Amino acid sequence: MSAIRTRLHVPQAPARPGDKPDFSYLNLAPAGSAERPDPNAPLAQTEALANGLVRVLGDDHRAIGPWDPHLAPSDLELGLRHMMLTRVFDDRMHRAQRQGRTTFYIKSTGEEAVSVAAGMALRPTDMLFPAYRNQGLQMVRGQKLVDLMCQILSNSRDMCKGRQLPVMYHSKEARLFSISGNLATQFPQAVGWAMAAAIKNEDDIAATWLGDGSTAEADFHYALLFAQVYRAPVILNVVNNQWAISTFQAFAGGGPKSFAARGPGYGMPGIRVDGNDFLAVYAVTQWAAERARMGGGPTLIEHVTYRVAPHSTSDDPSRYRPKDEYESWPLGDPIERLKSHLIALGEWSEEREATLVKQCEEQVSTAWREAMTYGTLTDGPQLDPDTMFDDIFKDLTPRLAKQKQQLAAERAQQKNKAEKKDK
Amino acid sequence: MTQMNMIQALNSAMDVMMGRDASVVTMGEDVGYFGGVFRVTDGLQRKYGQHRVLDSPIAEGGIVATAIGMSVNGLRPVAEIQFADYIYPAYDQIVSELARIRYRTGGEFNAPVTIRTPCGGGIRGGQTHSQSPEALFAHVCGIKVVMPSNPYDAKGLLISSIEDDDPVVFFEPKRLYNGPFDGDPNKPAVAWSSHPKGDVPDGHYRVTIGSAEIVRPGKQVTVITYGTMVHVCIAAAESLGIDAEVIDIRTIVPLDEETIVRSVKKTGRCVVAHEATRFAGFGAEILATIQEECFWHLEAPIQRVAGWDTPYPHAFEWEYFPGQARVAAALKATMEAK
Repeated sequence: MSAIRTRLHVPQAPARPGDKPDFSYLNLAPAGSAERPDPNAPLAQTEALANGLVRVLGDDHRAIGPWDPHLAPSDLELGLRHMMLTRVFDDRMHRAQRQGRTTFYIKSTGEEAVSVAAGMALRPTDMLFPAYRNQGLQMVRGQKLVDLMCQILSNSRDMCKGRQLPVMYHSKEARLFSISGNLATQFPQAVGWAMAAAIKNEDDIAATWLGDGSTAEADFHYALLFAQVYRAPVILNVVNNQWAISTFQAFAGGGPKSFAARGPGYGMPGIRVDGNDFLAVYAVTQWAAERARMGGGPTLIEHVTYRVAPHSTSDDPSRYRPKDEYESWPLGDPIERLKSHLIALGEWSEEREATLVKQCEEQVSTAWREAMTYGTLTDGPQLDPDTMFDDIFKDLTPRLAKQKQQLAAERAQQKNKAEKKDK
Repeated sequence: MTQMNMIQALNSAMDVMMGRDASVVTMGEDVGYFGGVFRVTDGLQRKYGQHRVLDSPIAEGGIVATAIGMSVNGLRPVAEIQFADYIYPAYDQIVSELARIRYRTGGEFNAPVTIRTPCGGGIRGGQTHSQSPEALFAHVCGIKVVMPSNPYDAKGLLISSIEDDDPVVFFEPKRLYNGPFDGDPNKPAVAWSSHPKGDVPDGHYRVTIGSAEIVRPGKQVTVITYGTMVHVCIAAAESLGIDAEVIDIRTIVPLDEETIVRSVKKTGRCVVAHEATRFAGFGAEILATIQEECFWHLEAPIQRVAGWDTPYPHAFEWEYFPGQARVAAALKATMEAK
């Protein structure tokens, strides 16, 4: 490290490989300590939420404080199921990439509550604009695992017809917008969707997610500005998992203020929530949804969480952060915490947990076997390359029609050559 | 029929579409209360309300992004970018998002957004209010690119653009807003009332996207152009007394190659003209197409007329602008080639 000192401030990660993990920079608060203003409350009454931390699950695994959403045990169990399925799915898909079955995968390990609890707190008709690490939303909305896998495999049943990188799903029916590889673009799009809902006087709201690093993009700021200017019924979620690939969150946050504090700067409530606390994420999403539906406008929610997994299968985090950093993460694991809560309620047991894991693994394995019968990038049934010219426009233009013919001729020629060689 | 200038024709297109279809909304900087800096949306907010004619923050990326979101929620937004020179903050949303939504979702989602934007020079706008960036959009697959040269086409093409289920970037040559312009800034301004294309039907009609128009039939040489240069090229051919066939392509994407190829095969000589900078300008694509399709019919090298490969300088606007003299030189060169 260079010892040159100037007035230029360069943010430092709290710990790099070989260092002792250090999360002392996190401003934590005990469960139950945050006040819960009315969703209709004026901005001034919400401002403490931007710098505090909404937590419901205490160290004793009990729900505490005004943000407790008082969910029925069956809802908690469903949440646990969605999170577990997400984790098992992630692990299987990550392994599939390592086995060479697909090119790329992105896990959401440790961040499952951010998607699952928020997804469950919304109505099925609300429109979701996810980022690439929100697979929990796909689970909540009941997307078939086999459909997600076919997309990951770019196979003959791929919903994206082989055009998108793995994990860039969509579903018009399930109201899940198409995931983009360009960061933050979905944020202002969600605001536009919500503006249209307001223009049409419809009750549905929009919700969208991005990472701490992506808040640096102009799109983030467009989204906050337009959402507040037009009081769009939208929930804007920043998933602060501390790391943007190798870049520590302070390079987007600037410090010392939270990401949630950007909200009041634009005139909307900002809520900083424990992203690994299923109940807290559920409660703040419910609060923001109620505010949006009543015409109170947008809410910015910062989910404080930790990216346990590598950024993607192309990433090796041991090169930029301590290998054991996660073990020191003070907000624990969202699945473990909800499980312990259910056990504390007397509604769950280690045996039922083991059964759940087994069920999820079987569900994933069955879907995987089926997905593989529809092919992979290299084996089995293949997509017809001619389809690459479709959906550029609604109708094929003459020039695209010509190129389609050219490709067909090129492939026919290659096939002939290969056949001659075989003889 | 009513006599309209291009601003009135565009306003009429907006009025017709907003009247027919409640899903049509428009947003942009100054488009609402004020009616747009060029008055294209004048009166629309009073008629259709603040919820359908929205003044927006000065954030082009936000305008296009929210328009995309609106279109996904069933609206047909017409986003105005006040000057084409301001469109670049929205470029990512146009190129990576708007143009790709149908494709990347296998046709499940689409985004019928029209982006209207005034382009071109000739109004002393300097380098930040005079650009013609159509080539930057022509190079992107998945967006249609339109540039009318007169009030009749402007209205018909804007209606077609709004009705189109694919996104359209709609360039409006602002030097033509108030009248046809033959390239000579020293002559008194001419009004659209003196031009047959200033007669515009009051109601709904379409001009097909993807169809060029032969605006001056001829036998000796084909001139392929669009926007402001249509009028400059006609004037240059007439002053030289050359029997030039002038084609206004009207739509850059998709390009009406058939009309171009048929004409060049007939005349064997060709000049391609646009106001945008020359290097890698859209003219290069037209030239390449002609070379591929008409090579054995050509009697002379194809000539290209364009703005210089410089920004549009405020003080040297008319030295930059590819006026009649530059077109005439190209016409002569192609006619004299043996």
